[in-house]
Amino acid sequence: MKSILPFPICLTLIAVHAPLQAEDIEWFEGDKLVLTNGVSTVEGTSGGGLATWSTIAGRELENGIGASAHVTVIELPDYGWQSHGVSIGVLNRVELSYARQNFDTRDVGTALGLGQGFTLNQDIYGAKVRLFGDIVYGDPHVPQISIGVEHKRNLDGPVALAVGAQDDEGTDYTVSATKLFLRQSLLVNATVRYTEANQLGLLGFGSAAGEGYSLEFEGSVAYQLSRRAVIGAELRTKPDNLGLGEDDWFDLFAAYAVTDNVTLTAAYVDLGSIATFEDQRGAFLSAQLAF
Amino acid sequence: MISTFLSALMLFQQAPKQGVDWDKEFGVEERVRDPETGEFPVDPYDQDNANAGAQPFEGERLAEAFGGREGIQRIAERTVELSEADPRIADIFVAHDMVRLKRTLGEQFCYLLNAGCDYSGRDMRTAHAGMGVKKADLNALVENLQLAMGEADVPFAAQNKLLSKLAPMSRDVIER
Repeated sequence: MKSILPFPICLTLIAVHAPLQAEDIEWFEGDKLVLTNGVSTVEGTSGGGLATWSTIAGRELENGIGASAHVTVIELPDYGWQSHGVSIGVLNRVELSYARQNFDTRDVGTALGLGQGFTLNQDIYGAKVRLFGDIVYGDPHVPQISIGVEHKRNLDGPVALAVGAQDDEGTDYTVSATKLFLRQSLLVNATVRYTEANQLGLLGFGSAAGEGYSLEFEGSVAYQLSRRAVIGAELRTKPDNLGLGEDDWFDLFAAYAVTDNVTLTAAYVDLGSIATFEDQRGAFLSAQLAF
Repeated sequence: MISTFLSALMLFQQAPKQGVDWDKEFGVEERVRDPETGEFPVDPYDQDNANAGAQPFEGERLAEAFGGREGIQRIAERTVELSEADPRIADIFVAHDMVRLKRTLGEQFCYLLNAGCDYSGRDMRTAHAGMGVKKADLNALVENLQLAMGEADVPFAAQNKLLSKLAPMSRDVIER
């Protein structure tokens, strides 16, 4: 599938891969091995569900452009999470992503004086660049390394400020290392995130009391059961800028590639305390379509 | 005017001689398959197990999971057959000796899986020189190998162990 490239993508191509001619570009050929594009995270980046990985979204490699779209729901005792988004992967080098998060406070909304079923919303614009390395190939001791930025815009600023946040928008910075250790059938990811986000930003950024950026960790381990099935666990540390007892996040997940293009992910997630309502453990379900 | 000139020109053309062996005239040597092995002859090179590109596994369990020496050879042959018929990468195999490839790939797998073979092929860099192999081609080959191993009921964890030996060879196989 060939077509004229949109201008911003042309700029990206020129920036990262000048010698490549436009007619060499493949669209949606699906060259990646199944599942090696990861699954969409709650922030719209490609990764393991909660944790961002160094993967580039879509199923294309060095000579192509891929894309993916996803919908995620998380059912918790006191809250309902829904997020969706799209991303594009260019030459297995650059990932651009957008995600919308909708966090339904249900009865908690009433308790907090926001109103029954008040929904906190946030837009996240992400960009990730693969610096070097390959998840599958190359030196088995050298992981794929990527850096990323996620610009987050909380659409309910007054609520964020009311709970003590400093700002209603902020930017996260990530460095990720991911490798598939074939001998053990294990994919391992480690990500360091420099962030000031409270509950990913749904409760704003930093605190009026002066708390700001901190370094947080995201780790994932996934075991390949087959070409199409993996099970794994993730840990994501989080700051507690607002002093509301914000907890680290944890999940146990299973992902299955129903077809080469469709991946379903189900997880048990423990999101700890959210806005003083504790023990938010529940079910995570996500569907991803990728080309 | 022009047609008259062309007609005159054609009269001066000599008819091509019949029964000329043009291959011989141009020094083209016909490649002949060895009657015993069925392979085309290759230029001499130093044979060494180091050419296999990785150290073999220890122990015998992995070889057993692949059905031993014969099972491994069948998987290698099936992988080559699937790849020849795979429109994504079939072009790469055109004009290559598939009889030899089936044998040497089988030897390489057999050696790496410690199933009692020596590898007699060339090293990975030399064997893939000038083929223009890309990562997408390797992925297609991996998928075909996975299919062949799956057909032979090799457990997935064992499949990945073989791939763990092959994947790092991308450094010698892929051309930038």
